[in-house]
Amino acid sequence: MPEAVLALEGLHKRFGALAATDDVSLTLRPGEIHALIGPNGAGKSTLIAQIAGSLRPDAGRVLLGGVDVTGESVAARARRGLGRSFQVSSLAEPLPAIRNVMIAVQALAGHSFRFWKPVARDPRLVEPAMAALERMGLGHRAATPVAELSHGERRALEVACALALRPRVLLLDEPMAGLGPEGSAHLTELLERLKAEVPILLIEHDMEAVFRLAERISVLVAGRIIAHGDGDTIRRDPQVRDAYLGD
Amino acid sequence: MTDPTPALSARRPSRRLGRQGLVQLLLLALLLALPVAADLTGHPYYVTLASRLTLIAMAAVGLNLALGYGGMISFGHAAYFGLGGYVAGIGAFHAFDMTPFLGGIPGSDNLLVLWPIAMLACGLLALAIGAVSLRTSGVYFIMITLAFAQMVYYFANSWPTYGGQDGLPIYLRNQLPGLDTQEPLTFFLICFVGLVLAMALTSRLMGSRFGAALTMARLNDTRLATAGISPTPIRLVAFVISAMITGLAGALYADLNGFVSPSMLSWHLSGELMVIVILGGVGRLYGPLVGAALFIGMETLLGGLTEYWQLFLGLTLLGVVLFARQGVMGWLAGREPHA
Repeated sequence: MPEAVLALEGLHKRFGALAATDDVSLTLRPGEIHALIGPNGAGKSTLIAQIAGSLRPDAGRVLLGGVDVTGESVAARARRGLGRSFQVSSLAEPLPAIRNVMIAVQALAGHSFRFWKPVARDPRLVEPAMAALERMGLGHRAATPVAELSHGERRALEVACALALRPRVLLLDEPMAGLGPEGSAHLTELLERLKAEVPILLIEHDMEAVFRLAERISVLVAGRIIAHGDGDTIRRDPQVRDAYLGD
Repeated sequence: MTDPTPALSARRPSRRLGRQGLVQLLLLALLLALPVAADLTGHPYYVTLASRLTLIAMAAVGLNLALGYGGMISFGHAAYFGLGGYVAGIGAFHAFDMTPFLGGIPGSDNLLVLWPIAMLACGLLALAIGAVSLRTSGVYFIMITLAFAQMVYYFANSWPTYGGQDGLPIYLRNQLPGLDTQEPLTFFLICFVGLVLAMALTSRLMGSRFGAALTMARLNDTRLATAGISPTPIRLVAFVISAMITGLAGALYADLNGFVSPSMLSWHLSGELMVIVILGGVGRLYGPLVGAALFIGMETLLGGLTEYWQLFLGLTLLGVVLFARQGVMGWLAGREPHA
C-alpha cells in the first residue's frame, strides 16, 4: 500500500465537556478521494481546522507526507503542499479573480519580500494563475472582481486557488455547498479528473457526489468516526443509516 | 487562450493617463507652481506654508502605507514623526554645542547624515512597537499603538537635556551640501522631492509581490495564510517602512520650523494624520496630499476667521465618511482601478 500523503493519528479536541474530536484517525492515499461525511454538529469543522492548522489538537498528530506538522502554522502547512477550500468562500472580494490565484503562485515561487518588480504583467505569476483558472473553467473571468462572480464561480475559484499551490493534498470543505444540481454535477466532473493528480479529502453534504467520487468514506458522528469503508459498505452500515442517512 | 496578458491589459491603456492620472498631474503641478509663484512675487510666508503642507502630506503618505494599504490603523504615528524631528534637533544641538551625543557620538548638521539616522531610528522603533502591536488587531491595535506613542511622548517630556516639555530649538537649519537650506524655496523643493519620492516608493511597493501580499493581508489574511504566506511578517515590514517615511517627514518638519518639541509626538498629531488620510482617501496614492491640502487650507483660511475652524474640519470629515468612502481623491478621480 502506498504511503499516506495525509494521516491523522488519534486526534482529540475538547471544548469544556464537549469532545468535539474524539480519537479520530484517518489516512489519505495517493490517487484517491476520501470523503468525510457526518451530520451537522458532528465536528467536521473542528477537524478541518486541526488539519489546516488554525486549531491545535489536545492530543494526537497530523502528518503531511510522513512529516509531523501538528505544531506548524496554517502558512507553513500550505508551503508543505496542503491546499484547501473553505465552506464559506474566503476570497478577496474587490480584487480580480486572477489576483486571488496569483497570490498562491507567488507563495509557491518563493518569499514575498520582493519590493520592486511589478506583478501585474509578470508572466511567471500570471501564466500559472491563468492555467489554474482555465482548469476550473474560469479563464474568461480572470479580470472580473470576485464580488461580481456567481456563487458557483466562487466555489470553482477557491479550488483554482488551491490548485495553483500545486498541492500534494487537497482539503475541500463542502465545495458543492449552495450549488444547484447543474453546478454540482459540473464540479463533480472536475474533481473526478483531478484526483489522479492530487488526492482529495472531501468534506461534503451532497451524498450523490460523495458516492460517485469517493473511493473511501468515513462517517463522523459526535466527534467519532463510526464507520469507514467504500460506498456500499457505508450505505449498508446500520449505524450510519441510523445516525445519518436517516431511514 | 494561450497568452493571458491581453485580457488583463485590456483596461490598461486608458488607465495610463485617465481621469486619475490627470488629477494627479494637476495636483503635483499646483503644489509646485504655487510656492514658486509666491516666491517670485515676494511672499515667503506662503512658500513656508507650502513646505509645511508638503511635509504633513509626506508624513501622511507614510501612515497611508500602514493604515490605507495595510489595514493597520495606527494611532501612534506621531511617535515616528516626532522621533525624526528629535534626530534633526539633537544632531543640530550637538553640532552647535560641539558636544558628543551619549558621551561618544559627535553631533552633525549634515542632512545627508541626519536623514538616514532619523529613518533608521524610526525603523527600529517601529520594529519593536510593531512586533508587539501586531499580535493584536482591531481596537486593541489602535489602543496599543497609541499607548506606545504616549510613552515616547512622556519620555521626551521628561528628558531635560533636550528641553523637556519646552522643546529644542534648531538655531540654524541643518545643511545639505551645495544648497542653501535657509532659502525658503530651496527648502520647499527639498520637501517636494521628498514627498514625490515617498509616493513613488509607495506606488512601486504596492505594485510588487510584497504589495500583493500586503493587499491580501488587508483584504483577507486567511486567504494569504492558506496560500502559504504568513501575514504578520508582511505587515511588520510595511509598518516599519511606513514609520520610516513618516520619520523622514518629521526630520524635515523640525528643520522647517527650527524647533522640535513633544507636541510633535502628541496624540493630537497622530489623530490629525489619520484625519488627513481618511479625508484624502484611504489607500489612495494621492489621498494624503489632498487631505493635507484640505487640512492646511482650512486651518489657514478658516483659522484666521474663527478659532473653532476644526468644527468645519469635523463636518467635512463627517461628509467624507458618510458620502465618499474613497475620500476626496475618490470623488475627484473616480474609483481606484485594480490590477
